Amino acid sequence: MSGPLPKKAALLACSSLAASTLWAGTASAEAFESKGSIEAEYRWFNETPSDPQQSDGGFSLAGQRTFELEWAGRDHNIVFTPFGRIDAQDDERQHWDIRKLRYEGVFNRFELRIGLDKVYWGVTEFAHFVDVINQTDLVESIDGEEKLGQPMVNVTVPTRLGTLDFFVLPYFRERTFPSAAGRPRIDLPVDTSRAFYEHGDGDEHTDYAVRWSHYFGDIDIGLAYFEGTGRDPLFTLDPFAPGGPVLVPTYVQIEQSSIDVQATLGAWLLKFEGLVREEAGDDYSLAAGGFEYSFYGLRGGGADLGIVAEYLYDNRGAASPQPFNNDLFAGLRLALNNEQSTAVLAGFGRDLETEALSFRIEAERRLGADFFVTAELQILTDVPDTSPLASFEDDDFLQIRLARYF
Amino acid sequence: MKSHPTLLALVCAATFLPAPLLALELADDPAVKGLQIAQEAKRRDLGFADSEAVMQMVLTNSHGDTSTRELRMRTLENPAPDDGDKSMIIFDRPRDVEGTALLTHAHILNPDDQWLFLPSLGRVKRISSANKSGPFMGSEFAYEDFSSQEPAKFEYTWLRTEPCPKPVTDPVADLTCHVTERRPLYEKSGYTRQITWVDVDDLQVRKVDYYDRKNALLKTLILSDYRLYGAKHWRAHDLYMVNQNNNKTTRLTWSDFKFGNGSSDADFDTNSLKRAR
Repeated sequence: MSGPLPKKAALLACSSLAASTLWAGTASAEAFESKGSIEAEYRWFNETPSDPQQSDGGFSLAGQRTFELEWAGRDHNIVFTPFGRIDAQDDERQHWDIRKLRYEGVFNRFELRIGLDKVYWGVTEFAHFVDVINQTDLVESIDGEEKLGQPMVNVTVPTRLGTLDFFVLPYFRERTFPSAAGRPRIDLPVDTSRAFYEHGDGDEHTDYAVRWSHYFGDIDIGLAYFEGTGRDPLFTLDPFAPGGPVLVPTYVQIEQSSIDVQATLGAWLLKFEGLVREEAGDDYSLAAGGFEYSFYGLRGGGADLGIVAEYLYDNRGAASPQPFNNDLFAGLRLALNNEQSTAVLAGFGRDLETEALSFRIEAERRLGADFFVTAELQILTDVPDTSPLASFEDDDFLQIRLARYF
Repeated sequence: MKSHPTLLALVCAATFLPAPLLALELADDPAVKGLQIAQEAKRRDLGFADSEAVMQMVLTNSHGDTSTRELRMRTLENPAPDDGDKSMIIFDRPRDVEGTALLTHAHILNPDDQWLFLPSLGRVKRISSANKSGPFMGSEFAYEDFSSQEPAKFEYTWLRTEPCPKPVTDPVADLTCHVTERRPLYEKSGYTRQITWVDVDDLQVRKVDYYDRKNALLKTLILSDYRLYGAKHWRAHDLYMVNQNNNKTTRLTWSDFKFGNGSSDADFDTNSLKRAR
């Protein structure tokens, strides 16, 4: 496990399993299902790495499987999703995780989830600022969309005036970081074994969150509050570490209020998400907003062309530890809507202050019935040395993934 | 005007005979007549409350290569005449989209409300429903061919009656059909018009010719293997769509229909979408 599976989390997962087994014992109709995928990946880096320990690319293999047991109609179920990766270059990327191990019960007035689970908040595509429940599994993907399973108790109360979600998060998962041999990464390796916590409870601090979400006609809206250990670490430099200078992640206490809202108006989607966060005595805000527009049925055929543009803002400006403080992202997405679900996404990002530029192209299609292939090219240029992205400028890469679903 | 004994017989028939055997009083005006047939078909299907069914699609391209799609669909009837039904589609095949779910709150002339659940991210995403004419899962069916065919979505011109076309797979007894042209009134349709063949007894659609935006024949749909549920609700189990331009076909097969599952609005909201399986 990347950051060993905490005792408390294991306890939570096991008690949820035990409770569910009791339920299942009295079940009338049970259904068991499983599905999974295995994925081969190859990455090429075309530039010399900044650290000789890093390589020019390599092979990696990942797999996950989901087991589902449900009973009493569909009202009670357990989901278990283990995940693992073998990586030839990076010891930290060679890891395993339990993405999900949770019991879900649907009762008259509420729903209950206990165990390791995944929750997504937010509407924008290029940044996921308000999405705070699960920790990012950064070694999996630098876009931050892969997440670690989060131990939680979640009560959902559907009401006439929207859905209320309450979360108790009894254990904190540390972000994963590539090892010194890993790539792409920040120039200085992150020593995850020395993670420092502002709060004395460390990774056993209990966090709380509440969210209200609803929709009114064309508008979908969510308001949320989170209090506890922030998922984004701050870094302190240790220049005298035995193996050379390293960054030590520091996790501080935060209070965060957020809003995410989307208007869906015909072929237009208008999106905004923003938050204010109090962190170590400082207040700051993050926001992302933009639009998506789609041309459907290109030239009388079935293909769609979508345009996405979003602006990302951080009021800490250049002092922000995250790179997107005054950045514009835009992209085109072509979906052929054919039998193979062929799609191509091409986009760029521009830091309006430093003028750093990034390009990203993704192409994907199905092969036969059960295979899916994805190619991804990422290029960064004109990054000034002062930017948090500077480390990645020599880490341009092409990645091919071939997944088999079963 | 008919004599009183006939009227009495009609009232008796209305009381004792199942609805399909009721004679339909149709107007002479072809526009009114077409709408009446659609409304009567809708009226006879009222009261199904909810349904669920399993669907398989076999896509065949011009070389004869096939690929398969599977999904389950749940529908909640909206008895209000001025709004559409609610539905949930859960995708099972191809495997790379397994667990993806689509929630639709259909409307008559306004765009539908649609949300997509992406299981790998755990994300519910409100999506645009404006791509009505787009292919559904790469098949020859468009999204609009799937949505509930509410009478008020079209304007009609009744054309004639003639023997119903017989599907190759299902040579049923000789039926007579109303042939009616209908033109979509909702925006973003891929069609200028459709010609429908609806049998005069049960008012079920047997065939549809779809004409594209240039008014050229684009696709032909043959519906067959109709079975009766709850003595009232007819459902076609075999829908065969042929693209007249490229000879691609899609055979869509429904099975395992279940009615009256006691579903409610709470089973068709964004919250239940997250746990759809």
